[in-house]
Amino acid sequence: MSILINKDTRVVTQGITGKTGQFHTRMCKEYANGASCFVAGVNPKKAGESFEDIPIHATVREAKQQQGVNASVIYVPPPFAAAAIWEAVEADLDLVICITEGIPVRDMVALKDRMQKESRKTVLCGPNCPGIITPDEIKIGIMPGHIHKKGRIGVVSRSGTLTYEAVGQLSDLDLGQSTAVGIGGDPVNGLKHRDVLELFMNDPDTDAVIMIGEIGGSDEEAAAEWYSKECRNKKPVVGFIAGVTAPAGKRMGHAGAIISSGRGTAQEKLAVMEACGIRTTKNPAEMGKLLRSVL
Amino acid sequence: MKIHEYQGKEILRKFGVATPRGVPCFSVDEAVKAAENLGGKVWVVKAQIHAGGRGKGGGVRVARSLDEVRTYAGQILGMQLKTHQTGPEGQKVRRLLIEEGADIKAELYVGMVVDRVTQRVCLMASSEGGMDIEEVAAHAPEKIHKVFVDPVAGLTDAEADSVCRQIGIPEGSVAQGRAVLQGLYRAFWDTDASLAEINPLIVTHDGRVVALDAKMNFDSNALFRHEDIVAMRDLDEEDPAEIEASKFDLSYISLDGNIGCLVNGAGLAMATMDTIKLFGAEPANFLDVGGGATTEKVTEAFKLMLANPKVKGILVNIFGGIMRCDTIANGVVAAARETHLTVPLVVRMRGTNEDLGKEILKESGLPIIAASDMADAARKIVAAVGGK
Repeated sequence: MSILINKDTRVVTQGITGKTGQFHTRMCKEYANGASCFVAGVNPKKAGESFEDIPIHATVREAKQQQGVNASVIYVPPPFAAAAIWEAVEADLDLVICITEGIPVRDMVALKDRMQKESRKTVLCGPNCPGIITPDEIKIGIMPGHIHKKGRIGVVSRSGTLTYEAVGQLSDLDLGQSTAVGIGGDPVNGLKHRDVLELFMNDPDTDAVIMIGEIGGSDEEAAAEWYSKECRNKKPVVGFIAGVTAPAGKRMGHAGAIISSGRGTAQEKLAVMEACGIRTTKNPAEMGKLLRSVL
Repeated sequence: MKIHEYQGKEILRKFGVATPRGVPCFSVDEAVKAAENLGGKVWVVKAQIHAGGRGKGGGVRVARSLDEVRTYAGQILGMQLKTHQTGPEGQKVRRLLIEEGADIKAELYVGMVVDRVTQRVCLMASSEGGMDIEEVAAHAPEKIHKVFVDPVAGLTDAEADSVCRQIGIPEGSVAQGRAVLQGLYRAFWDTDASLAEINPLIVTHDGRVVALDAKMNFDSNALFRHEDIVAMRDLDEEDPAEIEASKFDLSYISLDGNIGCLVNGAGLAMATMDTIKLFGAEPANFLDVGGGATTEKVTEAFKLMLANPKVKGILVNIFGGIMRCDTIANGVVAAARETHLTVPLVVRMRGTNEDLGKEILKESGLPIIAASDMADAARKIVAAVGGK
């Protein structure tokens, strides 16, 4: 099994007609069961056309009705991305993965407020994330499929290439992954570390979890505290936090990676994680080895 | 993106927030003339730089005559103003704000940021104005009052009035306080701000509520819909290397160490910096070349790093993924040739066509040191620059 997505997930791509959307849809289609999973695209101006045999619909709702999609992946440009997420939420999809980087925070605040007030059930992953992959079943996003291996380790992370680094190390040690989830580097987003950790804790096919964070905010602390309270002895979790050397007040690439008012430092996060029973390493080249040591 | 105090006040005034009358000036003569035109007997000469803590650094002076305005303006304009936010070399003062003096009865604090936990705009207010709010938060957290604003309703009258009373605004001035808080919130929301702070917000002896300072930062992802704010950008206040980097869509931040690093992805870039420190040296920069590391981008990245005289070695760490390692290797070789690289270069690559990439580096004849993983790369570059 896995969390969030599997070979039965049916995906609509929003932004399928753009260069990025086309490239990654092709890559996802070629991965494992991709050809049967990626069944629709959306573009109101190109409805009725198709992209490499994937039919293009005018709206997400139409794609759901005609192709039975239950998940969406978004490559729409930043000014229109929040509206694209809302369209998928309004169509009551189970899951929306927003890859788009650079969405204004205000758009996300308004969107999340609306989702909450209307008690929408759709799960949002991202924005500004690499996506989600369940190895050998389905890949939804921009991660390189070939570095993954099917197995029983859960991976959750805020950053793209650092996730690949962790996955690469695990695969090299022959530790396959149940699912790898990139939750993204924006301050206002969907799934948080805690949410994904909970899904992994309840997944019978995940034995251990590697949680990768970075400076800024307090999501990693919240996840660690939840784990300590609810699941401390259930399954081992290890972690790494990027940004020990990052200076305060400087945004390190990701919109959410900033130490403001002295809060959200790597040291603070690492200390909380350790206190909550999550083993951490300061050497990102040893994330895989650390995980192996707790199995 | 950051702006100056006088620009922040211009924005706040548009949203109905009272500020002292003032004029931005670029020369001593302009400053004296501005004071004359403002009239009165007391003026404040304020250095305009993007860093906070200007008062403590000698960048804010109260003048009681036009001669004093001239003297202080002369002293402050052109000075290297050092504050806890500028770094040891300070920031050169190129602009002044000349303001009418204020009659201060009480100094308060109000600020706004987006709270990540509630995912709403958070209004923070305190009766302890004029001070560093972080100190108040550390020593007297009960004196900071917060409201998490509903984005549809906005900051309501009831919420604003309640905060005004909590921070000690006298009953007769609550209506004015409400106008300030609601104006600040609307300014924050409408301009896509990431930070808005009035410290101090003052109450005058005649009961007026006035923003004596204004600090605003903006969400760089939303600037596309705010031409008026983009026009306020002052490139003199920004690191030239960071400006240059942004032209090539590179994310670059100068740091104090001597090992330049070029990485794809922000998280991996931070992790690479951390690994350098772990092995006993310090990174000279944060540099994320992003997803599509073309030869041109890699070359520009090399030029940027090498423009820093402190750089004694370069570490390239690329997790290729979908990007092919041979493409990256060609980019690195071309960049090293074009920049006539003389400092040691360690390259770690992972991803598609890894072997081909390594072959290209080897056959280039350049003294490139290959590394097998991130730790190996850090160890090798630290050794090469003569660290531990």
